[in-house]
Amino acid sequence: MANYPSNQFKNGLKVMIEGDPCSMVDVEFVKPGKGQAFTRVKLKNLITGRTWERTFKSNETAESADVMDTDMEYLYCDGEMWHFMDPQSYEQVAADKTAVGDAHQWLKEQDKCLVTLWNNNPISITPPNFVELEVTETDPGLKGDTAQGGSKPAKLQSGAVVRVPLFIEQGDILKIDTRSGEYVSRA
Amino acid sequence: MSQLWRATAPLNNLRKRAQIFAQIREFFATRDVLEVETPLMTSAAVSDPYIDTIECRYHPLPGQQEQPRYLQSSPEYAMKRLLASGSGAIYQICKAFRNGECGRRHNPEFTMLEWYRPGFDHHQLMDEVEALVGPVIGMKGFQRISYSALFRQYLKLDLQTATVQELAAITRQHIDIKMEDDNRDNWLNLLMSHVIEPQLADKGAVFVYDYPASQAALSRVAEDPDGQPVACRFELFIAGVELANGYYELTDAAEQAKRFAKDIAQRQTEGLPLRPTDSLLVDALESGMPECAGVAMGLDRLVMLALGTEQISDVIALPFDRA
Repeated sequence: MANYPSNQFKNGLKVMIEGDPCSMVDVEFVKPGKGQAFTRVKLKNLITGRTWERTFKSNETAESADVMDTDMEYLYCDGEMWHFMDPQSYEQVAADKTAVGDAHQWLKEQDKCLVTLWNNNPISITPPNFVELEVTETDPGLKGDTAQGGSKPAKLQSGAVVRVPLFIEQGDILKIDTRSGEYVSRA
Repeated sequence: MSQLWRATAPLNNLRKRAQIFAQIREFFATRDVLEVETPLMTSAAVSDPYIDTIECRYHPLPGQQEQPRYLQSSPEYAMKRLLASGSGAIYQICKAFRNGECGRRHNPEFTMLEWYRPGFDHHQLMDEVEALVGPVIGMKGFQRISYSALFRQYLKLDLQTATVQELAAITRQHIDIKMEDDNRDNWLNLLMSHVIEPQLADKGAVFVYDYPASQAALSRVAEDPDGQPVACRFELFIAGVELANGYYELTDAAEQAKRFAKDIAQRQTEGLPLRPTDSLLVDALESGMPECAGVAMGLDRLVMLALGTEQISDVIALPFDRA
């Protein structure tokens, strides 16, 4: 594996810190007029999601991490693992609960997701920013109440529950912003 | 076609920059301080171990008889030679160059304002710095705090008694870093830049004065009210940004030569490049430099502060990656 010297640190660089792959979120060169130079880096541990700051001496290096973001198609969940496929090579990977995290509630078969691979194993799943999901369960809309706004819970085909306007009915397809988990519109 | 040809600083920022430069020149004109220029390309380099000089080559004939020259990292040595030559109060706005210093607040080639005031000590010079900087950034009532009071206030640390081990332990409580070092000043600098400076961000303009004697650089050493030896030196922090560094200047030639030797020794120990030191400065002090105070200020940062921007590339038309 390559080693990056501290002057080549930049946002998005993937490095190994104490055995875990990490991504550089913010890189700042610190050099007082008198005194040594340092590079202060905000790191995100790609396994645990923890972010923290670490300071590197100017002659320090960091080992590169074999981390790759790949677009993959979500196939199915077998109850334990979530399966994804590279649409180019048809290669499949299986991600466990830790890697999938909260993303599971937005996954719909055949949707394209960003799969982060470390040494070819999935460590995190990012669903598309917007997904279209069917309402499987919600109270019937109250006619004539739409002008006043208001919302109610609706359960979607992926299992997620979101707040939706009162006029939404079971069977509607909704557009959801997965970053906020909020209803956007009917699809 | 890439967009790298394009200036990074908005035109309005460049106008503000020009206006501030005009304001500075006006300030010194009314105070009868003479604008001077000294060489950018010098035969000696700065001795400070943590400033790496950029080298260039002079050829009397094309490609032949190469002579190393050094791009100045500060006009300090040359301006002191002018003072010793009888210039009286002087100032200079010039480019300074430093290897490796590239980041959000650093450009390897930056603009420095440096001035010297015969008859002033560092406290009088702080008054003048405030008079210049205050109107530019729209701030009044700069605070003053000694280095030891600063460490007491922000870190509950007594610098008179703190050992290197204690400094290292406190640093490691605040900063995730792999560092072993028995140089006390390296820990102090780290605490200053990583722990104290960020806390000065919402404290407006703060002069820190009376540095540890070990960080005297080119300032004289005197006793503080507690009888401790301190460097007659100050730095100005505005919104947590290090803006200026000033000294009640060392005028003792023998002491100057000793400090050069100490820097060289440290460079040797740490395996840093060795370059010729300025014997002409020692000669100038030997022949007699007036008692004076001097200060260097980063003008790019001053413009940043006046505009409230975070990136040095917002105020330099063509920064290093587009130079």
